[in-house]
Amino acid sequence: MAAVLEVENLATHFALREGLVKAVDGVSFSIAPGEVLGLVGESGSGKSVTGFSIMGLVDPPGRIVSGSIRLEGRELVGLSEDEMRGLRGRRVAMIFQDPMMTLNPVLRIDTQMIESVLAHDRVSEKAARARAAAALTQVGIPSPEERLASYPHQFSGGMRQRVAIAIALLHRPALIVADEPTTALDVTIQSQILAEAQKLCRESGAALLWITHDLAVVAGLADRVAVMYAGRIVEQGQVDDVLDHPLHPYTKGLIGSVPSGAMRGSRLAQIPGATPSLGRLPPGCAFAPRCPRVIDVCRVTSPPESQREGRRLRCHNAEPAP
Amino acid sequence: MSGAAAAQRESGEFGRFAARFMEDRVALIGLAMLVVIVLAALLAPWIAPQNPYDLARVDIMDSRQPPGAKAGEGFVMWLGSDGVGRDLWSGILYGLRISLAVGVLSGVLAATIGMALGLLAAYAGGRTETLIMRVVDLQLSMPSVLLALILVALLGKGVDKIIVALVAVQWAYYARTVRGSALVERRKEYVEAALSLGLSHARTVFRHILPNCLAPVIVIATVQTAHAISLEATLSFLGVGLPQTEPSLGVLISNGFQYMLSGKYWISFFPGVALLLTIVAINLVGDRLRDVLNPRLER
Amino acid sequence: MLAFIIRRLAQAVVVVLAMVSIVFFGAYVVGDPVWMMAPGDATQEQIEEIRRTFGFDQPAHVQFLRFLADIARGEFGRSYVHGSSAIGLILERMPATLELAFAALVFAILFGIPLGLYAGLKPDHWFSRAVMAGSILGFSLPTFWVGLMLIMLFSVMLGWLPATGRGPTVNVLGVETSLLSLEGWRHLMLPAINLGLLKLSLVIRLTRSGAREASLQDYVKFARAKGLSQGRIIGVHILKNILIPIVTVLGLEFGSLVAFSVVTETIFAWPGMGKLLLESIQRLDRPLIVAYVMVVVLLFVTINLIVDILYSALDPRVRITGAES
Repeated sequence: MAAVLEVENLATHFALREGLVKAVDGVSFSIAPGEVLGLVGESGSGKSVTGFSIMGLVDPPGRIVSGSIRLEGRELVGLSEDEMRGLRGRRVAMIFQDPMMTLNPVLRIDTQMIESVLAHDRVSEKAARARAAAALTQVGIPSPEERLASYPHQFSGGMRQRVAIAIALLHRPALIVADEPTTALDVTIQSQILAEAQKLCRESGAALLWITHDLAVVAGLADRVAVMYAGRIVEQGQVDDVLDHPLHPYTKGLIGSVPSGAMRGSRLAQIPGATPSLGRLPPGCAFAPRCPRVIDVCRVTSPPESQREGRRLRCHNAEPAP
Repeated sequence: MSGAAAAQRESGEFGRFAARFMEDRVALIGLAMLVVIVLAALLAPWIAPQNPYDLARVDIMDSRQPPGAKAGEGFVMWLGSDGVGRDLWSGILYGLRISLAVGVLSGVLAATIGMALGLLAAYAGGRTETLIMRVVDLQLSMPSVLLALILVALLGKGVDKIIVALVAVQWAYYARTVRGSALVERRKEYVEAALSLGLSHARTVFRHILPNCLAPVIVIATVQTAHAISLEATLSFLGVGLPQTEPSLGVLISNGFQYMLSGKYWISFFPGVALLLTIVAINLVGDRLRDVLNPRLER
Repeated sequence: MLAFIIRRLAQAVVVVLAMVSIVFFGAYVVGDPVWMMAPGDATQEQIEEIRRTFGFDQPAHVQFLRFLADIARGEFGRSYVHGSSAIGLILERMPATLELAFAALVFAILFGIPLGLYAGLKPDHWFSRAVMAGSILGFSLPTFWVGLMLIMLFSVMLGWLPATGRGPTVNVLGVETSLLSLEGWRHLMLPAINLGLLKLSLVIRLTRSGAREASLQDYVKFARAKGLSQGRIIGVHILKNILIPIVTVLGLEFGSLVAFSVVTETIFAWPGMGKLLLESIQRLDRPLIVAYVMVVVLLFVTINLIVDILYSALDPRVRITGAES
């Protein structure tokens, strides 16, 4: 089946006064219909910028400088703002991190949902309202008619995120970009939202790009995982393969730093050093200064992408195969 | 800390502050304008071609001459002359002196009174604080022009009365700001430490709390001085401010108003430009000071 | 809500009392109104007669108590100059002032919000920089001088608009207004711009900072992600959020517009209560000054109440907390 989204060599740079920041620098991946791709990385790794690049929501001084983003076969890079606006919310939707901030506090839920319907479909306001109510039911919000007349602050955080998901689903988009949508929520609500999102995507056949820093979330949700570091994807593959047998030292470090029941009592590993500033990356591999497996070539040339055991990998000295 | 080290630290802070101030070109222009204006006012007797209030030197034949006309004494009146034959440029230089003096004097008095009351409120607390802050609120809820108008209505004309009115509309801003900053400072550990070391209360206030309130006060002072100058000019223009014997810029503008409708614009226009430049210069400096000192200002 | 209104009214009474006391004692200490009322060639007996008639021979505190009692009965005394009821004179002039202040406010909003939005959404554009530089100028320009310049430019040099007076008025439900004739509009134009310029800078700055802040919020990005048009995002999502502080501040500033109309009315000979106040000050007409202060303070209190109600109508979060408390 043709991929819903194909991203190739995407580069999004920010021309700041302090210098050029290559937030995304040569990222490639694709997502099939109904598939969930987990995009994992620390804050500042460029994972959110990747999401916004797909949405066409990168604001100056940021700019997509090269590469290609194809949604359902259609090239998005270079589209006019108006053409892009016609796709946003209809073919590709986005869910944001903090549900407290994404809904406009001074507009009622119905206003915010109906305007989303009317942005793309010429239907009556009544019909739009019915669709909004149906979408709320779909995400498990009881008595939607009543809820539509409320303001966001009358909802809990989890409920608000459900509303945001309902809005994202209004036009049955081919792709949903979810930017850390559970990070701001309580753990119990988190798992509910995760389950809900997964179910809804399966039902509607939408592909899901789930951006997160949390490997545990990816383990439970995603089909495939892509690990980002300093603007590049360093390793991507099937989620079980990557998590069980990481090949890139960074992935390995990331997994090692997650506490788990099996490792009770043992010392929690951590990656030495700090995330590099994207404006001042070292020559060669960006991870080299922190890498336990660093060799001479790492400090000189950036590792090219290679295929190994069904994965795509950027490393000069990867872990040995299991 | 030794005195020398403290002085060094302070000069370092001042240097950093000055450097940040200089980063903004517009603010520098404002500062340059302000320096020129103040110098012009101070040096008026030496740079003005005529002492406009020396009756022996003013010739009624020179009255209402357009800009560029030659005075009877031979010098060129670049800005024209007013209704009784005074050289307008000289009048403006002398008027600047009065406007600036009234503005600065009322500002200093208001700052002193306001800071004293603000500190007292913050330090004494309780009923004293409630009383002072109630009066502050009451005063701030009245538009300044109205309060000043009513005060001069009650007090009458004269330099001293105008200054009283200007102080009355300004002091509350200082009191509110100083109280706010002082309350924040008071809760900080070093003040507790100073008190527990047995330092006197007066010493604590003047050595520790007051210096830390200065940044916002400086910002308020620039804005308020500009405001005071403008307000004095307004009152004088309305005929309830300074008397003709103290011809500030506002009085000059007022005197020119009657000639405006007959097209002799310059008598009001040029003093107004001088007033405007003064206020703009102060505000530009104040704007930058606000950015650099970044105090917790309300509004 | 009721408790809130009662507390507000109590505060207002205190403010009114304080202002009236200050004005009364100030006037008592400073001027002897008898001289204002007596004809120039009055004899000593005539003066004593006036003094007794108006009660000026009584000690200050007696006069003050009588004065308070009068106010409580709604009696503000008669203008020394005009001879008629002070409060009546003020109320007669009030519509002209309110009309002017209202027109000025509308002018400030009509121009300030679009300019502020533009400056806030495109902060690096040259036009935005020009607008902001202009707004600093607007803060600095003394109202009376701007008024003079407007007259000079539009009345004297260009001859487009009249410089003085209110022009013909039309009586609507007992209130004279100049909004119903072209000539009235022409007369209103310059004074309204003069008074409105004062608040234009404020509106621009408030709108700009609000728009800048709002445009960085996630809900704006989310609205874009929904595929909404730029017009709807700015006109609904951003504008509705920044209207709250703007309405609050402008409501409170309406009082200062009324106060500043003293200046504008004097320059443009606009027959409002501000011009009347200035004339009263120059003639030491104490009852009129006191009546003016009372009317303006009451106006302020009313405005504050209206602003609070408007505020809760605009911000749903406030409405809820209000209902809970």
